[in-house]
Amino acid sequence: MDRLETHEDLGFASDLLIFSRENRSLACGNLRRVTVLFYTPVPVDQVAIEERVAALAKRSLKKQAKVQGLKLAISMMDLTTLEGKDTAGKVTALCTKAMHPLDSDNSIGPCAAICVYPNFVRIAKRALEGSSVHVASVATAFPSGQSPLPIKLEDTRRAVEFGADEIDMVIDRGAMLSGDYQKVFDEIAATKEACGPAHLKVILETGELGSYDVVRRASEIAIAAGGDFIKTSTGKIQPAATPAVTLVMLEVIRDHFYRTGKKIGMKPAGGVRTAKQALHYLVIVKETLGDAWLTPDLFRFGASALLNDVLMQLEKERTGAYQASEDFSKD
Amino acid sequence: MKKDITKAGKAQLARTQKPSLDFGSAWEYAPSPESTDHVKLQAQYGLFIGGKWKAPKSKKYFATISPSTEQKLAEVADAGAADVDDAVKAARSAYDTYWKKMPGKERAKYIFRIARALQEKAREFAIVETMDGGKPIKESRDLDVPLAAAHFFYHGGWADKLDLAFHGRKVRPLGVAGQIIPWNFPLLMAAWKIAPALAGGNTVVLKPAETTPLSSLMLAQIIEEAELPPGVVNIVTGAGQTGAALASHKDVNKVAFTGSTEIGKLIQRNLAGSGKKLTLELGGKAANIVFADASIDQAVEGIINGIYFNQGHVCCAGSRLLVEESVHDLVVKKLRDRLSTLRVGDPLDKNTDVGAINSREQWERINELVAAGEAEGGERYTAPCKLPSKGFFIAPTFFTGVSMSSRIAREEIFGPVLSIMTFRTAEEAIEKANNTMYGLSAGVWTDKGAKIFWMAQRLKAGVIWGNTFNKFDPSSPFGGYKESGFGREGGRQGLSAYVEVL
Amino acid sequence: MVKKATQDRAYITSIGTVAAGRVSVNKAYKMYVGGAFVRSESGRYFQVEASAIAGSADPEVVNIPLGSRKDGRDAVLVAKNAHEPWAARTAYNRGQILYRLAEVLESRRSELTSSLTRAGSTAAEALSEVSASIDRAVYYAGFCDKISSLVASHNPVSGPHFGFTMPESMGVVAIVAPEEPALLGLVSTILPVIASGNTAVVIASRRDPRTAVVFCECLATSDLPGGVVNVLTGDASEIAPHLAKHREVNAIDTWSADDALRTLLEREGSGSVKRVRSHDGRACAALRDEDGQGLGFIEKFLEFKTVWHPVGI
Repeated sequence: MDRLETHEDLGFASDLLIFSRENRSLACGNLRRVTVLFYTPVPVDQVAIEERVAALAKRSLKKQAKVQGLKLAISMMDLTTLEGKDTAGKVTALCTKAMHPLDSDNSIGPCAAICVYPNFVRIAKRALEGSSVHVASVATAFPSGQSPLPIKLEDTRRAVEFGADEIDMVIDRGAMLSGDYQKVFDEIAATKEACGPAHLKVILETGELGSYDVVRRASEIAIAAGGDFIKTSTGKIQPAATPAVTLVMLEVIRDHFYRTGKKIGMKPAGGVRTAKQALHYLVIVKETLGDAWLTPDLFRFGASALLNDVLMQLEKERTGAYQASEDFSKD
Repeated sequence: MKKDITKAGKAQLARTQKPSLDFGSAWEYAPSPESTDHVKLQAQYGLFIGGKWKAPKSKKYFATISPSTEQKLAEVADAGAADVDDAVKAARSAYDTYWKKMPGKERAKYIFRIARALQEKAREFAIVETMDGGKPIKESRDLDVPLAAAHFFYHGGWADKLDLAFHGRKVRPLGVAGQIIPWNFPLLMAAWKIAPALAGGNTVVLKPAETTPLSSLMLAQIIEEAELPPGVVNIVTGAGQTGAALASHKDVNKVAFTGSTEIGKLIQRNLAGSGKKLTLELGGKAANIVFADASIDQAVEGIINGIYFNQGHVCCAGSRLLVEESVHDLVVKKLRDRLSTLRVGDPLDKNTDVGAINSREQWERINELVAAGEAEGGERYTAPCKLPSKGFFIAPTFFTGVSMSSRIAREEIFGPVLSIMTFRTAEEAIEKANNTMYGLSAGVWTDKGAKIFWMAQRLKAGVIWGNTFNKFDPSSPFGGYKESGFGREGGRQGLSAYVEVL
Repeated sequence: MVKKATQDRAYITSIGTVAAGRVSVNKAYKMYVGGAFVRSESGRYFQVEASAIAGSADPEVVNIPLGSRKDGRDAVLVAKNAHEPWAARTAYNRGQILYRLAEVLESRRSELTSSLTRAGSTAAEALSEVSASIDRAVYYAGFCDKISSLVASHNPVSGPHFGFTMPESMGVVAIVAPEEPALLGLVSTILPVIASGNTAVVIASRRDPRTAVVFCECLATSDLPGGVVNVLTGDASEIAPHLAKHREVNAIDTWSADDALRTLLEREGSGSVKRVRSHDGRACAALRDEDGQGLGFIEKFLEFKTVWHPVGI
């Protein structure tokens, strides 16, 4: 596939790009008119990206700025359990925690969503009934995605049928790395279609992509193919989310916004364990995309251990005393 | 897609600036000022001559203020010619008595001591540097002070290896070095000057800038505590007159000056026929060249770092942005949004990106040039930020539509003001980049390796930053072509400024 | 002025008296600018005596162009234009050309020797100076592609960047050549300057400009591009201050000047922050030794360019 398509009024040629087969791009990309362009990927400089996030890590957040940031982080959390040993009990407990992260303080939370395997969507849905907490389900043969497309689409449809509000799909990293971008695009577009009303988060599994250039390109494809969110990782591969890879993806989101005015969401997942890390991510979002993205509608953390650390820090801010981890429920 | 670039006018620019991002108040960072509690400044500082603190024979003192609050921080001595003479005599005597006889490996240990002490007192130095000069604490903390220590460490290691530095040729020290430094990186410049001089076996009389003397005086305290032989380093404070007295002193063997091209020329002129060795690190008007194939977002960071770092008080600042025409609008749009995230204000706040302009005089000069830029038809954009009511502040500013002949494209502004111009081909970029009397630095942004080298070969500048900007290291020679001065500081090449190769 | 006529020299000593034998063709001595031999635009000249020696085709007195400020200006212009292409040649190619120069000098050994003797050297001195000059040309020919290896550096910076510092030529270097040694002085001061890619505007020895012109004839036949070396004859005190002031001259190398002129050149050079190097008479004499060559002579006319680049994927 060497013909790529783009908005006529993008204004800058080096940026991209929509892959299109027949009129699928019209269905998912909201295009009015398309013009054929040669595709020039936008390069990403590793050192400069890492320098930038390191500089943003030095933002000093004190007192109310810290409290506000931490509360915001909680509201953006997709509390996640994705294990072979998951049970109804575990998932239900997690749902309770998502709705009421801190028994003693109702002003904290709820979390944005809980994220589970399709088998637990119904259970979660029931447990969360009446709350604002969404149910996100991984799908498309998570985490490897190494199944035939019909199975992956069926996986998606089932999860939506079970009540998932959001689908976290995985891209075909093999296709991405072997240069079959069309396959990557088509699978995302097909999954988007299968999602129906559910929001689609596209997991790039950046830890397997090898470079920021590939991450950038995968992000562009995911957005072009209709993803509502782009997400770093499954949590099953190291490295998972990093501030740098998140910034690379936020920059793609920014360029897409500049071109189209459309806001795509971002979800770093895996590896975000501490309140300090969470604040760093929020700083990156704030200073890259601005106020509009400081909302669970457009930014999520995929995490499990993060919540308790954030709660500990909030309690420390409230009481002035350093907290013990034993004081917080481990669900 | 064919874009008619000739039509690219204001209307189109305005259109391409939308939609824009909103960097508002959804989540404000609370003030986070660095505590100044444990910094103890003296009310008054004398001159550090011959290892002792002396009242100036001139009997005169002047105040040094904080440019962010306009409050007086301390009084420092205004060294007259007689004081300078005392300092040079002390340096000469130290040279003859101790320093030239001391084996390099012993000299080295003194230099290492200074490095260590700087690390130990890093926080205090960073705070004072920020109070006295107005630069953001994060820069003095993360760049100025650690890099100053690194310069001493680096050069300490050369003191006993000088013969190796020149292909086995023997070297000898020059004698007494008179060094005059500017106010933009007060401590760092003191380190750049003193460390190689001591490594080379010279003794030193250093004159810091009159608006930023405090960190040099604190460095003198370190030198005192490190028990350097008396007179090996002498610090005299004062203004231009003091510097002139030092540069023209007949018993000074070597003059090193960092500052404006105007003063540099004057010093060179006055030293004619004196036989003194001279190195000059003068002004700049660096081109920062962005090609369409660059990592644009990282290039934008490089542009920001290039011109707004240290309020643009950087001789190698990337003050002329040359953008390939096809990405001009995109880059300008991104720059505008990025400017909105720059935090201007209290330099002691750990979140401040752009601090105070160093002095009222400089503040006035920058404003004058900004006015000239507007008068000459440039279109100004200034970051929408609130400035503190006290102190000397200028919001980050850039001009588009700047002609190569305008003052803001030719004169060194030494402030947070960027002039943006376009080019179409690499040849044109080179022609425009080199179209200046300066030649200190340049930046090139492109993802194409071959183009980096092609550009680097043709740019007439002493430092070329490829896909990066404003990077410094003691092992990396720094200095200018053309009227940006001569001689190098740092690296093996920088040593030759302080020794005679036999 | 006229001393004595040798037996086989044919020239008119006075009206009506013609010496026996063939009438020789006299050489007009000209300055060498932009690869051409030119007279001074001023039309002025000065005369240099020849000591009469056997076999010389020279008239006893020769007219040498007295270079002017404008000659200096013209020379700077061609030197400036020649700089970029000269510097852009490979170091290997510059070395080949300097080696070619050595070959041409060798082939003109006798002419160079007699030119030196006519200016007062003994035959032995002249022979030894010519030999030393040829050897020095070979020395610098072989140096062109070694300079970078010797003075460049990889800088081990603390961070994810690759940094290196490489030498470059400065541009146009004005050389006030040593009064003596006339030939070895030229070779020793010009070649290290051009070896790295600089071009030169040279004010030749006032004492012995003829040797300089013969040397230029060697340059002209050695594949050296026009404008790389430009040699003016005349008074350094008249021309050099204008070169020192000229904004397109990047450096000045002063070998023969009194204190007043040296100071003047240093002062005038400050107007464009020139790299000014001054040497005294002792340094001129030292050019005759083995110490009269080396990296140091080249290094003084190098700029150092430091390049940084991130290392990443």
